[in-house]
Amino acid sequence: MVGNPMAPEPIIRVTNFTARYGENIILKDISFEVSPGEVFIILGGSGCGKSTLLRHLIGLNRPFAGTIRVDGIDISSCGDNAFQDFLKNIGVLFQSSALIGAMTLGENIALPILEYTSLPQNAVDKMVRLKLHMVDLDGYENRLPSELSGGMKKRAGLARAIALNPKILFLDEPSAGLDPITSAEIDELVLHINRNMNTTIVIVTHDLDSIFRIGQRAIMLDKETRGIIAEGRPTDLKTNSSHPMVRKFFNSRPTAEPESFIPSSDHDI
Amino acid sequence: MSENHAPPDLTLKPLPNAALKSEKQGDVSFEITEAGNGDLRVAINDRMDHKTSAFLIKSLCPEIRRRSPKNLTLVLDHLTYFDDYGALVINELQQVLNQNKGAFKIDDPLRMTDNILSFVDLKDFERTGSSKPGDHWVEHIGQGALDYLKAIRTMVSFVGSVFLSFMHAAIHSKSLRFGDILVEMEKTGVNALPIVSLISFLLGLVMAFMSSLQLKQFGANIYVASLVALAMVSELGPIMTAIVVAGRSGSAFAAEIGTMKIYEEVDALSTMGFDPVLFLAVPRMIASMVVVPLLTIFSGVFGILGGLSVGVSMLDLTASSYLSQSLDILSLFEISWSLTKSIVFAAIISWVGCLRGFQAKGGADAVGNAATSAVVTSIFLIILSDSFFAILRSYLW
Ligand SMILES: Nc1ncnc2c1ncn2[C@@H]1O[C@H](COP(=O)(O)OP(=O)(O)OP(=O)(O)O)[C@@H](O)[C@H]1O
Ligand SMILES: [Mg+2]
Repeated sequence: MVGNPMAPEPIIRVTNFTARYGENIILKDISFEVSPGEVFIILGGSGCGKSTLLRHLIGLNRPFAGTIRVDGIDISSCGDNAFQDFLKNIGVLFQSSALIGAMTLGENIALPILEYTSLPQNAVDKMVRLKLHMVDLDGYENRLPSELSGGMKKRAGLARAIALNPKILFLDEPSAGLDPITSAEIDELVLHINRNMNTTIVIVTHDLDSIFRIGQRAIMLDKETRGIIAEGRPTDLKTNSSHPMVRKFFNSRPTAEPESFIPSSDHDI
Repeated sequence: MSENHAPPDLTLKPLPNAALKSEKQGDVSFEITEAGNGDLRVAINDRMDHKTSAFLIKSLCPEIRRRSPKNLTLVLDHLTYFDDYGALVINELQQVLNQNKGAFKIDDPLRMTDNILSFVDLKDFERTGSSKPGDHWVEHIGQGALDYLKAIRTMVSFVGSVFLSFMHAAIHSKSLRFGDILVEMEKTGVNALPIVSLISFLLGLVMAFMSSLQLKQFGANIYVASLVALAMVSELGPIMTAIVVAGRSGSAFAAEIGTMKIYEEVDALSTMGFDPVLFLAVPRMIASMVVVPLLTIFSGVFGILGGLSVGVSMLDLTASSYLSQSLDILSLFEISWSLTKSIVFAAIISWVGCLRGFQAKGGADAVGNAATSAVVTSIFLIILSDSFFAILRSYLW
């Protein structure tokens, strides 16, 4: 891909990136690229630094070393104004949903819409209801986050992330805590957004079904090596990877034979 | 291009589609043209996204409403981007036309809108927001009264569970977490000592100064010492200490327990078989009831020292005469009365702080409300119980 003259300029380019908390190095010297309009998946075991990587990609943490360019802006060193522009083009779903607890779902979703557009109130209400409808939460606009289940919070967080149809969407485990049917619907929604608005989507997920359903390219992080141990199309990773960790990850669920049953778990790789 | 080519004769052709209105802002432009028979064509070019939708709605809708065409054709042949905010604009235009009984048509040769409009039908979302239940004032009053009764019930039942937990702890002293008690004693007592001492010292100083202005006139300087000692030990010391502790620790108890409550940590404790009141409230209450009387003693001492500094420096009293006058006035009864009060105040502060914490539910604001309400309620109850003590005392004497 890299070096191909036909390939479009990558929208995210991470070069020789190192992340650490205090003395604790989480990721070391990793590089990868994401093309515009791609559904890009970040895989890896629990605690290997996926959320950490995501926090760096959205500029919440500054890299210890290396550069991160997103949408033409070097977010590791840019000034405040450029960073504000960058923020307008991204939507983020946090692992913990991060809805504002003192506001109803409707107010949570209206927050970015009111901030960045000057639409009349009834139009904002309409958009809020539309976004809630997209994540299958019709009629929940007056509920407080504390009155929702974990999966519903996740979906409301997703609705807030897509409120302004961002250019790049970052999702941290969107289907964790969701039943397979809702999870498939969320995948559908993500694909719809990706196809029709040409949104680049970066997803951290453990959900094997969803990886194959929507993932176009994936990287797998590893806790031991603190780097990328595999990169490529999900189907290729599943069938062709020689790395034992990768094979274990993709085959960690019951196959057709009942006797080879291994309990599948999000964090069990 | 070539010189002899006749230039197109624009003047001969009347412009059938003279723009009635055309505007451009940011990434979007539109043009309204007449299409005969009172019909209108509206062309929108470039981007229809969240940045341009407000402009389009605000400038197109009033215009269309004013002209109320029979037919309106939306021409989107120069569109480069369209998302659900574009669908919102179309929906708003449609609504205007429906009100005026006009027909609406979209001319979209590039098929930019197909995917979005087939996925999104904003008609379903037009209804005005369902008002929240309980918006009527009668409901508000009723709900308020019910909430109030419920709050009183929880307060009383919390007294009960605290009492039971104390009994349990008295019988099974192993179930008491002594480590926690020590930590809470440090936070509530040791860390509050500097501020309590300073406030009491200044209070004693001010009191001595103000009373000396009056007592000097009668040559009764030495009674400044009695006044300061009596006031500090029996009234102001316990009250001031209690208020400082309520502000520092009562609020902290409420915030800590409130946070644990909203993150289901309290529920986790119960499922592990711990009694949350015994686990969280009892150590805090015991710690407060031990350290607040000690703080009160410090408060009295520093108040007297404050008075002493005024007496020695401004009233020509010797330190020894000031101190002996102070000690004369303080009976054992006075001191034990003061300590009794401070134990009761400590119980109130820690009880209210924990209660408010356990009552918290909802989000982050619930924790803030719990802390505020803990301080306000405990200061009120402190003053109230102090009045009872004053009445009680008048009967005892
Ligand atoms: N704020 C922090 N301070 C210090 N260390 C942290 C912090 N946040 C995360 N870590 C550490 O960084 C490592 C990676 O954490 P991260 O949250 O990125 O994992 P993850 O891959 O997202 O895991 P999961 O799948 O469980 O969400 C962990 O070892 C964690 O202990
Ligand atoms: Mg994570």
